[in-house]
Amino acid sequence: MADRKAPQSLTPEEQKRRRKRSLALALTLGALVLLFYVVTIAKLGPGVLQRPM
Amino acid sequence: MSTMSNSLTEARAESLATAGLSQGDVSDFFALLKPRVMFLVVFTALVGMVVSPSNVHPVVAFVSLLMIAVGGGASGCLNMWWDADIDAVMTRTAKRPIPAGKIQPGEALAFGITLSAGSVIILGLVSNWLAAGLLAFTIFFYVVVYSIWLKRSTPQNIVIGGAAGALPPVVAQAAVTGQVSLDSIVLFAIIFMWTPPHFWALALVKSGDYERAGIPMMPNVAGPDATRFQILAYTILLAPLGMVPVALGFGGLAYALVSFVGGLGMLALAVQVYRLREGEPAMRVAQQLFGFSILYLFLLFATLLAEHGFGLFRPVLG
Repeated sequence: MADRKAPQSLTPEEQKRRRKRSLALALTLGALVLLFYVVTIAKLGPGVLQRPM
Repeated sequence: MSTMSNSLTEARAESLATAGLSQGDVSDFFALLKPRVMFLVVFTALVGMVVSPSNVHPVVAFVSLLMIAVGGGASGCLNMWWDADIDAVMTRTAKRPIPAGKIQPGEALAFGITLSAGSVIILGLVSNWLAAGLLAFTIFFYVVVYSIWLKRSTPQNIVIGGAAGALPPVVAQAAVTGQVSLDSIVLFAIIFMWTPPHFWALALVKSGDYERAGIPMMPNVAGPDATRFQILAYTILLAPLGMVPVALGFGGLAYALVSFVGGLGMLALAVQVYRLREGEPAMRVAQQLFGFSILYLFLLFATLLAEHGFGLFRPVLG
């Protein structure tokens, strides 16, 4: 951690690439959330939330 | 000039990496996954699924296939991380993201490990742990056994390493049935036996590349003639093996025709490669065998997919 220098100023092209990477990561995380939800419903059925208390 | 701008790019990428920032574009990270290999993995895995009798939920099958694809991509990424030094000296691979200076080796390593672990864990949770274990073994085999150990040490590298490329149908069948049957083992054997003639045909054409990189491919170690003989020997085994699905009953009439004609085509080209040893015609026929081998494997698996996935299966007898 001590070796890590402060972020340098990015060129417009580098900023654009970083934005695209961030967007791709966000979309991947969103897709994972959706995937876990759909798999849960598929494996356990729609009655997954209707459990006896 | 391009070398100078390349080293400037690399220097900038290194300085950004030190600051915790990547230089790579999304497409560079995608290229690390070897998309064409990933397509082959998905395709053969899909066939492994459709030939298996199972009543697994389509969502589970889809996610399993996706994780097998991601696992395949992760092993491609880790392979590029390890092989960056030799990729840089071969014309076919010099533009890959790491030798091109677009992505730092450490980034590729982290990306590959994250995707490997993620794909194995999700496959285990979604389908079963036999499939997850097989996927983990496939990644391990491709990265450690093939890339790190065999590739630079023996001309049998692609023969043994070919097992990793042949495993996706087995993993896929395990994902949807929870077991490994003879059917998927036969699919494994077909890809396994197909790999040597396929890669050695390319190696005959690109032997200079491999020699520069110091990779002991068969033509550089045993010589082109011995390679031609081995190509023929493996093809003689491959052609009948390609028809075994018919004998086992999961290859129908269309598959019987395609595997028979395709096998004859492979044999004819392998014989030509064995006979023509000098000059341009020898290179041309090796190139033709390389191209036809891709078509052959594609047609075998596409026919099985059509027969089982689209109801076109007609038994050979009766």
